[in-house]
Amino acid sequence: MRAAIALALVLAAAAAGAGEVRAPATFLSPDLRALQDDPSRHPGWLWVDSGEAHWRAPPAGGRPSCQGCHGDIGGMRGVATRYPQVADDGRLLNLEGRIETCRSRHQQAPAFGYESEPLLSLTAAVALQSRGLPTAVATDGPAASFVAEGRRLFETRMGQLNLSCAQCHEANVGRRLRGDVISSGIGTGFPAYRLEWNTMGSLHRRLRACSLGVRATQFSLGSPEYLALELYLAARAQGLPIEAPGLRR
Amino acid sequence: MRIVLAAVALLGLAAAAAGQEVAPFVVSGDGIAAPLGGLAGSAERGGRIVRNRETANCLICHTIPDPAEAFMGEVGPPLAGVGARLTPGQIRLRLIDPTLANPDAVMPAYHRVAGLAHVDARWRGRPVLSAQDIEDVVAYLSALKE
Repeated sequence: MRAAIALALVLAAAAAGAGEVRAPATFLSPDLRALQDDPSRHPGWLWVDSGEAHWRAPPAGGRPSCQGCHGDIGGMRGVATRYPQVADDGRLLNLEGRIETCRSRHQQAPAFGYESEPLLSLTAAVALQSRGLPTAVATDGPAASFVAEGRRLFETRMGQLNLSCAQCHEANVGRRLRGDVISSGIGTGFPAYRLEWNTMGSLHRRLRACSLGVRATQFSLGSPEYLALELYLAARAQGLPIEAPGLRR
Repeated sequence: MRIVLAAVALLGLAAAAAGQEVAPFVVSGDGIAAPLGGLAGSAERGGRIVRNRETANCLICHTIPDPAEAFMGEVGPPLAGVGARLTPGQIRLRLIDPTLANPDAVMPAYHRVAGLAHVDARWRGRPVLSAQDIEDVVAYLSALKE
């Protein structure tokens, strides 16, 4: 009897999907998955087109365009799989942060600003070059402490509803919250066009919505907290394909 | 003068209520036998609270035996028959703070303000449900015998 109970508990843990991290696309309905895979119908491609135009356009002031230094945007293949990463100066940068840094340092142009249309567009266009390639972030060396901080946040109960990310996105993956299936909480599809927003948005905007959902303080877009969390999510997604620009409910 | 004194007394009561959003309770075993604040619960009000998406939102995780409700969740156990499985005191404890019975419980604490991290300023110091709400939900769930 005791053995039977123990076995049932083990099976229950397996059914809850503890430990298994699934690609976000596997949680999409067949219709949304087809939409995500079809550039002619995916509204996010409006941002991709705009991002490619930004890539080629030199900023004011005579400095080179992105293309002037990096060449065709196709040369960015694989780059998004390695972000967030720790820069030479010790800062943790995601793809948005890398683009902004490049823009201010090499183009001597004012930053676009988090969640601005040009930054979402450029990020989407650059990330697209890695679509289908496996996530491959560095988690050792200078990244290790950021990964640990991200994990701590992921596992900390927060807000008036006292929930951690892990309690839903690890322990209850695949179960239903009302009509929604709980995903593994992976950011490989961002920036993503979210139907609820009716526009393109960053992973940090999505994380702010989660914080609000558990009635917790929302960290700022680009904050150290969400950057560390983004790296931890990428570490959990290691080997899973980049889906950006994603399509989400 | 008497009216002024009465007004001051009323203000004092209001301030006391604001400073004490969470009612005191005594845990015995895995239950809280006495109703919060000695309040009587209404199963009818409790049923409305359980279905309310803006406050308790119980049905995001649980099902109730009500064919009119679509898209109920499956993170928590079904609530059908909960009144036969648990005493009112056990239900009360699990609503007030399920971590009193199980430290790893996923379910939020609906009548607790202490020991919570990063609570949004709009909700800080306020429990999700009032003492009256808790008693109403206890009454509703205790009546779900099958």
